[in-house]
Amino acid sequence: MSPNHIGELFEAALGGNRRALGKLLTMVEKQGSSAAMVSERAHRDAGQARVVGVTGAPGTGKSTITGQLAGASGASRPAILAIDPSSPLTGGAILGDRIRMDNHVGCGAFIRSMATRGHAGGLAVAVPDAVRVLDAAGCDPIIVETVGVGQVEVSIAAAADTTVVVVTPGWGDAVQANKAGLLEVADVFVVNKADRPDARGARRDLELMLDLGHRSRWRAPIVLTTATKAEGIDDLWAEIERHTAYLHDSGELIRRRGRRRRDEVADRIELELRDRVHQIVQGEPGEAALGRVDRNEISPAAAAELLLAALKPHNPPEG
Amino acid sequence: MSDPCCEAESPIRVVLAKLGLDGHDRGLKVVARTLRDAGMEVIYLGLRQSTDSIVAACEQEDADVIGLSMHNAGHLTLVPRMVQAVDQAGLDVPVVIGGIVPAHDVPTLIEFGAAAVIGPGASAEEVVSAVEAAVARPTAAR
Ligand SMILES: Nc1nc2c(ncn2[C@@H]2O[C@H](COP(=O)(O)OP(=O)(O)O)[C@@H](O)[C@H]2O)c(=O)[nH]1
Ligand SMILES: [Mg+2]
Repeated sequence: MSPNHIGELFEAALGGNRRALGKLLTMVEKQGSSAAMVSERAHRDAGQARVVGVTGAPGTGKSTITGQLAGASGASRPAILAIDPSSPLTGGAILGDRIRMDNHVGCGAFIRSMATRGHAGGLAVAVPDAVRVLDAAGCDPIIVETVGVGQVEVSIAAAADTTVVVVTPGWGDAVQANKAGLLEVADVFVVNKADRPDARGARRDLELMLDLGHRSRWRAPIVLTTATKAEGIDDLWAEIERHTAYLHDSGELIRRRGRRRRDEVADRIELELRDRVHQIVQGEPGEAALGRVDRNEISPAAAAELLLAALKPHNPPEG
Repeated sequence: MSDPCCEAESPIRVVLAKLGLDGHDRGLKVVARTLRDAGMEVIYLGLRQSTDSIVAACEQEDADVIGLSMHNAGHLTLVPRMVQAVDQAGLDVPVVIGGIVPAHDVPTLIEFGAAAVIGPGASAEEVVSAVEAAVARPTAAR
């Protein structure tokens, strides 16, 4: 893929060409050689969009809410990134979030489904790149839906400007959310399925947990929604906007985005290193060193020390 | 493409949908699982889709292939309409038809531009290989 071609795709995407945007997203999703070029190009223009993460247990109504939010934002070019796990056995995935979204998104959001593809670690770099591409293509807001179960998935939703955590009535769900580390990352809580009994109880439970938690200048508001009837969605969007204003006024937005970029750089190095560790251990020097360990000639620690030399840079990195 | 290794690694992305108004999606769900189990990424649109919504999904999802389920005997009008919509959008995405299509209509649908028609009795392997065969053409051309 030539830089020229990538530049053309960006031009088209910025002009609202969905196919071009779809192609660019595929490139960063593959994280192949084109991805670096696309990412580089996108980074120049990114930073304009509001990024909202929506997470919570499966079935809580995240997709329904996300689709509704895109509409409630009143924005002309909202985008949704819906992330679901790939099957660890086959690498395949059923990405069914659009069903819950299309019905509501009369406004025509750009919706992209993304599978975790094998290693969830890859998501930690593919998602920021995808958000960057959407941002550079003029989409705003960008809403990222992830299932709040794995650590990586939660951290992806948490790497937004505003993170929305969805729970449903029933004490159990809030406790689950607590265990998954969801409560700490929430900027806004949603108790969805408020048409069910005891939504108020769920809100009370959350209030109690918030009372127990550490205090900061922002206390996460709790919004009751019935997403299937679009009830409470405008309130939810209003709270997201209030949080956006808080981020700006407090200077927290700059801090957050700075932290986000630092985490991404670290994630990328980690991913690359992990690949190289794999190569070294499975390669010839690895086999040789492991053979010596097997014959009790050297300890595993000594073997690691030996192999580590292969990782050390010949030249120190330039600042 | 500078990166043949990684291009090959990406799973086939299938948009799976049912056109028009007919009722249930049990069969479609079975196909979705079959394709997932074969390592594909299935973007499941489900029931009551229009040619427009399917084309929009294909663009946004950069899908490799459309899987369309037919049950309401509308295939002779709906299939050409779908193929035409794909062409008009300038997409290079094959359309594979499944569901209930009388055997004698299969040649007509192929003539209309369907990449393959999978009969109601097809095995999982047959479904998978029909989709793979349909994709092979445009993927190689990329
Ligand atoms: N009763 C009720 N059902 C809802 C509500 N919101 C979503 N659902 C249903 O919950 C199911 C899961 O919704 P979905 O948005 O796919 O949840 P996700 O897995 O968290 O993305 C679907 O059948 C929705 O129709 C709600 O407010 N009330
Ligand atoms: Mg969902």
